Amino acid sequence: MDPTEFLRLIPPKWNGGKRGFRDLSGMVAPERKRRTLLQFLSDHFYDVKFLREFMLQKQMQKLYLDNRSFTNIQDRYGPDIAGAFFILQHGGSVKFRDREWIRSDEYKRFSAEVLKFQAVPVEAIDASGCVINYYGLDNLLPLKELRSLSLQRCPHVDDWCLSRLYPLSDSLQELLLAGCPHISERGLACLHHLQNLQRLDISDLPAVEYPGLTQILVEEMLPNCEVVGTDWAQGLRLGPEERPQNTASPIPAKPTARGSR
Amino acid sequence: MLRRFLRLGLGRSLSIREVGTHSGYSILDWDGKVSEFKKKIQSIMPGEPGDLLCDTRHLPPEHSDVVIVGGGVLGLSVAFWLKKLAKRRDAIRVLVVERDHMYSKASTGLSVGGIRQQFSLPQNVQLSLFSIDFLRNINEYLAVVDTPPLDLQFNPSGYLLLATEKGAAILETNVKMQRQEGAKISLMSPEQLQKKFPWMNMEGVALASYGLENEGWFDPWSLLQGLRRKVQSMGVLFCQGEVTRFLTSSNSMRNSSGEEVILRRIHEVHVKMDNSLEYQPVECAIVINAAGAWSGQVAELAGIGKGPPGTLQGTKLPVEPRKRFVYLWHCPQGPGLETPLVTDTNGVYFRREGLGNNYVGGRSPTEEEEPDPADLEVDHDFFQNKVWPHLAQRVPVFEALKVRSAWAGYYDYNTFDQNGVVGPHPLVVNMYFATGFSGHGLQHAPGVGRAVAEMLLEGRFQTIDMSPFLFSRFYLEEKVLEQNII
Repeated sequence: MDPTEFLRLIPPKWNGGKRGFRDLSGMVAPERKRRTLLQFLSDHFYDVKFLREFMLQKQMQKLYLDNRSFTNIQDRYGPDIAGAFFILQHGGSVKFRDREWIRSDEYKRFSAEVLKFQAVPVEAIDASGCVINYYGLDNLLPLKELRSLSLQRCPHVDDWCLSRLYPLSDSLQELLLAGCPHISERGLACLHHLQNLQRLDISDLPAVEYPGLTQILVEEMLPNCEVVGTDWAQGLRLGPEERPQNTASPIPAKPTARGSR
Repeated sequence: MLRRFLRLGLGRSLSIREVGTHSGYSILDWDGKVSEFKKKIQSIMPGEPGDLLCDTRHLPPEHSDVVIVGGGVLGLSVAFWLKKLAKRRDAIRVLVVERDHMYSKASTGLSVGGIRQQFSLPQNVQLSLFSIDFLRNINEYLAVVDTPPLDLQFNPSGYLLLATEKGAAILETNVKMQRQEGAKISLMSPEQLQKKFPWMNMEGVALASYGLENEGWFDPWSLLQGLRRKVQSMGVLFCQGEVTRFLTSSNSMRNSSGEEVILRRIHEVHVKMDNSLEYQPVECAIVINAAGAWSGQVAELAGIGKGPPGTLQGTKLPVEPRKRFVYLWHCPQGPGLETPLVTDTNGVYFRREGLGNNYVGGRSPTEEEEPDPADLEVDHDFFQNKVWPHLAQRVPVFEALKVRSAWAGYYDYNTFDQNGVVGPHPLVVNMYFATGFSGHGLQHAPGVGRAVAEMLLEGRFQTIDMSPFLFSRFYLEEKVLEQNII
């Protein structure tokens, strides 16, 4: 029996006209510009659908496996070395205090001299472009002397990750978040824990709806910090056909304001 | 041209024959005949409604293993976990019956959407921790192939609970317990608070607890849509209708002390369609009461509470709807981006909404001020007299504010101890409850759904021990009070 036949939770106005089996199954159906053979098969055969779900789960599991912590290294050499190992394995670079930057090459290999810096704290981390997610940050949070953290263009760093950065508040002075696709103003709001921050880069965040207004609000939130982002006046100059970045009007960021109910 | 000639030629001869024939077929109406023929073949095909005169597509199925009464976030969460924890795919047929397909009065959509771990009961803290984990990984739990990922719009800004001198000791013990469970809460003195939030007036505040991470607020509507989408893809059946009757059978048994106990079992659920007298009896094995504010009425239909008061048969489900108001206001010089959800000592709360200096807040009325839950009309005088003065006293900038809009919603209020009811009923053996959370149902929904599914499939609670929330506590008069109700 077709399970979607008994579906009657769609309000009648959406059900106007003839709708096939495919359309009933998704409330938030994307516009499919090009239907591939696999999508077609998956709609008509349960086995193919199961296979596609399985492949999706496998993809997500791979991200978790990449973000595991090195507990044995942590036990033997301490949290700094473990954090450095983690970053270097993902293709980033690490700077220990009073030493040069250590990078890994394009095959994610690095020299074992890292193990010699046991008593030296990690001062700066450049994790640009690495596939770190919320669980991978476990490796970075014990680094109590971290001064600079760069998470530019990391595809999986989102608001949840930013809410996790507060243990670094004593030492963190520079935070670079440019180009992360999943960071929005809601995550930036919890950066107020980082009171020692001196430089914050929030340019080019595609998920932030009003970059100019967000920049002003973040500057107010962190008075001692130099916030680098978009030029807030830039939006005003672009005329009425562009999205208005008018700070005086009390438009809520998301047009789901309950006033419309 | 040729066709018209043929029609003229054949027409005359056919019309003489037609007087005597029954079918009246003529080769000339070819297109209409072909489409009729196609329709007939389609109606014979399996899966298509054979006889459109008695169309039953809007009715629920005649048999279903589990019937979930109520399609809000709790009901959908139970459906999701039932399907997910079942050992085989499609092993259980689950039907969700929801009376209001627009969710206009459902508590889920009207909720302020907060989630916190600052509770006084360890099980509540564990439920919140489980739920925040679920929300963080929502795109793995609720992933449906070919659909865009879900964006819950979570604001990780935390909750700030203020306490007076009298309440400071309790707050401290609570925070200690919360930290033991794994929540990240910090205690702040008034001086630290003043430094962090200079827009606050510290008068009367002795201590405050601030959630550092995993607390905040999100969009409950997108969670509901995501759950609905996922459970549909898992094969859960939906029906829009109202449960009007349960057909039960009773069995008389003796308990260990020799008393006679009548156990009942629900066999059929009568689901009535909207705006009509038509109903469908659904034969079922298990019924889950997740009807939110109306759970008390559904429980009465099953005969819970019909008996002499003071006995187990006479113990009703003490869940009733209570109306709560939420106001949205604008304050031009108000607190900035770092504002958490602030809960004052007298129950007034507010949080930031969006980037435009708008704030959402309200207050739980005292027992004497309880508004009439018959409709969802907003009482603006309540804001003027009971909410605004306290807001202005705590945050002086709120003297000058302008209310933009307001709405009202129901709490499924547990009048006994304001905590949820989870698990089976001792006498009606196949009715399970997942209701009565009095304002924190949304934030506990994933955990409660999993608990009910585990109880059904395994027979006991595995992940979180919800035994303090069983129905029997109403008869045994054991209150499991939650102190931090907002």
